[in-house]
Amino acid sequence: MLHIKCPHCGMRSQNEFSYGGDASVKRPQLGSEVSDQDWDNFVYNRKSLRGKHWELWQHLSGCRQWIKVERDTATHEIFKTLKASEEIS
Amino acid sequence: MSQDFRLKDGGLINRDKKISFKFNGKKYFGYEGDTLASALIANGVHLVGRSFKYHRPRGFFGAGVDEPYAIIQLYRNGETEPNIKATEQELFEGLEATSVNCWPSVNFDIGAINNFLKIFLPAGFYYKTFMWPKSFWYKIYEPFIRKAAGLGTASIKHDKERYEHKYEYCDLLVTGSGPSGLASAYAAAKNGASVILAEDKSRFGGTLLTNDVNIGNQSGKEWAESIISELKEMPNVTVKNRSQVFGYYDHNMLVMSERISDHLPRTKKFHPKQRLWYIRAKEVLISSGSIERPIVFGNNDTPGVMLSSAAKEYMKVYGVLVGKNPIIFTNNDSGYETAVEFKKNGIDATILDTRINPKSEIIDEATNLGIKIKYSYVVVAAKGYKKVKSADIAKISDDKEKLGSIENIKCDCICVSGFWTPTIHLASQSGNKTKFDEDIDAFVPGLSKQNERTLGAANGVFTLDETLKSSFETGYKISKQITNKENKVSFPNVIEKKSSVHDKFWCVPLPKGKNYKRFLDFQNDVAVSDIEIALKEGYRSIEHVKRYTTLGMATDQGKTSNLNGLQLVSKIENKVVPAVGHTTFRPPYSPVSIGAIVGREVGKHSKPTRKSPMHSWHEKNNAVFVDAGVWLRPRYYKRGNENLFEASKREAKNVRTNVGVCDVTTLGKIDIKGADATELLNRVYTNAWSKLPVGKARYGVMLREDGIVMDDGTTTRISDNHYHMTTTTAQAANVLSHLEYYLQLVWPELNVNVVSTTEQWAGAAIAGPKSRNLLQKLFPNSNVSNDGLPFMGYMEADLFGVKARIFRISFSGELAYEVNVESDNGNFMWEKIIEYGEEFKIQPYGTEALSTLRIEMGHVAGSELDGRTIPYDNALEGLLSKKKDFIGKRSLSRKAFTADDRQKVVGVVPLDKKTSIPEGSHLVKDSKAPLPNPKLGYISASCWSVEYDNPFSLAILKDGKNMIGQKLFVMSPLKNKVIPVEIVSSHYVDPKGERVRS
Repeated sequence: MLHIKCPHCGMRSQNEFSYGGDASVKRPQLGSEVSDQDWDNFVYNRKSLRGKHWELWQHLSGCRQWIKVERDTATHEIFKTLKASEEIS
Repeated sequence: MSQDFRLKDGGLINRDKKISFKFNGKKYFGYEGDTLASALIANGVHLVGRSFKYHRPRGFFGAGVDEPYAIIQLYRNGETEPNIKATEQELFEGLEATSVNCWPSVNFDIGAINNFLKIFLPAGFYYKTFMWPKSFWYKIYEPFIRKAAGLGTASIKHDKERYEHKYEYCDLLVTGSGPSGLASAYAAAKNGASVILAEDKSRFGGTLLTNDVNIGNQSGKEWAESIISELKEMPNVTVKNRSQVFGYYDHNMLVMSERISDHLPRTKKFHPKQRLWYIRAKEVLISSGSIERPIVFGNNDTPGVMLSSAAKEYMKVYGVLVGKNPIIFTNNDSGYETAVEFKKNGIDATILDTRINPKSEIIDEATNLGIKIKYSYVVVAAKGYKKVKSADIAKISDDKEKLGSIENIKCDCICVSGFWTPTIHLASQSGNKTKFDEDIDAFVPGLSKQNERTLGAANGVFTLDETLKSSFETGYKISKQITNKENKVSFPNVIEKKSSVHDKFWCVPLPKGKNYKRFLDFQNDVAVSDIEIALKEGYRSIEHVKRYTTLGMATDQGKTSNLNGLQLVSKIENKVVPAVGHTTFRPPYSPVSIGAIVGREVGKHSKPTRKSPMHSWHEKNNAVFVDAGVWLRPRYYKRGNENLFEASKREAKNVRTNVGVCDVTTLGKIDIKGADATELLNRVYTNAWSKLPVGKARYGVMLREDGIVMDDGTTTRISDNHYHMTTTTAQAANVLSHLEYYLQLVWPELNVNVVSTTEQWAGAAIAGPKSRNLLQKLFPNSNVSNDGLPFMGYMEADLFGVKARIFRISFSGELAYEVNVESDNGNFMWEKIIEYGEEFKIQPYGTEALSTLRIEMGHVAGSELDGRTIPYDNALEGLLSKKKDFIGKRSLSRKAFTADDRQKVVGVVPLDKKTSIPEGSHLVKDSKAPLPNPKLGYISASCWSVEYDNPFSLAILKDGKNMIGQKLFVMSPLKNKVIPVEIVSSHYVDPKGERVRS
């Protein structure tokens, strides 16, 4: 079970969190013209990375904040966690 | 039977407490502190089971967790449990156990015929044999394999025992209480670290209990006892026996199973049987010791052949002799220690040492004691079927290739020592890159991935002095990093015998003309010849060889077999062992009860049970409940002998004619506040919200980004910047997360707060033509007329002194209202509704009537909004705003979603107006078409229409909009039904929606 540092609450066990997918995906602006390809990329197409990966988790059974977690998908090592408002550097 | 093999004194057992037990129906006696194995051996019982494949007789091989043979079926306090090792099961009064894998008895086992057919059961036998013909699989092969496979029988009864889970954090977890575990735990604890020390066995001390050593002028056992008693007194230390750390998971999470009651005749009141500990440790010190490995020779699985260290442990810990005429077969000094212990107890052993001319203190001691030693000698084969009777032995050439002439000597046991294998399971599970140590011919931990270190024998260090030094040092160093303290304990003086080097010999060659089975894996019956066949057939990777031959795949996970298997593969392949590599170690280290893994989360506790504030009223009024997610909801209220069908029909009919009341507390409720609340609704719902006035409710549909309907519900504008959103019961949690996702990550600029208020409000739906009359009685001071509270209207009102919210919304399609009060007042509200509703013939109705009402009205719900349908499919396309963008809108222009023959919800009525239509059935054009019959759609929900008194269903049908009036067939192969039906509008009752507005 992973041990994730919630930027709001501190180190917490994985079972308090729920996984939310790739954190680098940006939703197209509402009302903007979006090509089929761009929309497909936003909704469906994801890289299945081996290695470092920025992903979203929600501290569901804690502060309910969505956070960004940089995790190695192969080793589960967690390098960094950010608040929702913080940009991935 | 008397305990003929029990020593007169000695051992750590309590001879004052005699314990009776039964094995295979026969009564025996042992002592408190015995294991089932030691007690059986004391009684001269060596035949305990039959082997997995060939049904060869099985005895005892070890004295603990490494035991591959003595798997028994245990009976305790009216329960039975399979897969118990007799070497681990502590004896208790009234214990009963039986052998497994034998029929009709362990002495006469029909399956032993496999032993004579073994030429037909080589490696990969199952793969080769059971492939064809395909039709044989279910009826012949599978039942055969199932019957033959497995050791023991799991009970099909409910397990009455309780198992608990515990979460714990510590600075340092130490796994094993041998010398390295005790020393490191002690040093760290004395330096202020919080320590958990876990010992698998009932007694602390590990090898200190059996090795003749001296630590600080105490025997090893005395030193262990003094350290343990001191640790137990320290507030920063948790010391646990009968507790096995079996798994090393991510981020230094380890799992330990504590066997609290398994050694007792019955579990004490309020105690669990076992407790599973989830331990998050800052640092882990693995001090799991090592396991003696066997030397491979002919018929080396005969009962009476066992590990030399086990023979010593039976003497020293249990005061039991494994035999009275032993042969010790060794390639190192450990065997001598066993021989010396035999001698101390008056038994003369014969040592066969594979080494040419070894010299060491212990060898001198054995020689001086007059123990017979034969150098360069090996056991070629054990003789005897159910028990060793003699051994064929021979001199072996210096190059270990040629055997001299065979001699036969009498013996009743053969104690084997092929040197020691570090127990690296936990280190390997943690991701440690293990490495091969040439000196000890075994793998040891290498580079750590997580915060773990391995000490002592588990790290390939076999001298006590070195082990204690490094363990004291490591315990201190690690604790210093954590506590920043510098309290160093002094290091005791150690006296031990120095050993000479071991001989890397591990397998005795076959003598000419003999074809003895030489077993590598004792639990799965994998012999040298099986590995040879696998390699001849082209298997190369050790992982493939393992799976093909099942080497190391039994419940003992190859604790005694892995390394010899690797030696063999490397020899045939002409590679070094590290090039062959070892198979992956996976948790659990040793079998764990399923009950312990499940913990308290069984039956009703497998998920939380949520009850509405009106639950006890429902109970008192004969409600039959149904699980709705985690909620318990009344399905119907039983009157007299009514069944579900009759009751729900009555309740639904009463809503259509009079008035009914339904508990809708379970609906998800989300309170939305903030200057941008309206904007948020505009973005998450498909329809427009800007023009919704205060005091009005609106039905809304929300989509996922892929255009699939996520949820629906009504949202009410309480004030300018304040909304009350309702969701379906099932999607309440997901919708809240969904809103939080967009507010926190996508549109953080929106000034909105959302919070779940599901539990804060109790809700009652009052539905039926007489619902307004009832409302007027309940709220005499409020204007609830059609003008005062029109359809989709909202007002706050006073319910006999209690603040209430009234929403004029309808799921049943009748004139209806939903009344909410604070949860604490839920029961008060409900009772008032029932009391004042009596004159209007009110009846409570459950979810079954609720479904009937919504289905015949054509209102879609969870069975249509099932995560596969878009708004059009549910006839909700009218709610798609053209003027604004919203979540998922862009996806709706996908080709498949705009196809001319897109599926759509329709009504389905059987032509005979009688036959009920099973939910999940398929709709087809031609019931006699060849299979696979093209499916046009599926029945999503069925009911008995109370309006028309005939069956009615909703279906999602291809090209639904053009199918009205068509005749199709409903097919349910599951229920074996073919029903001719007509497709009608989904709005079966009141298609114009006049009633809700009346």
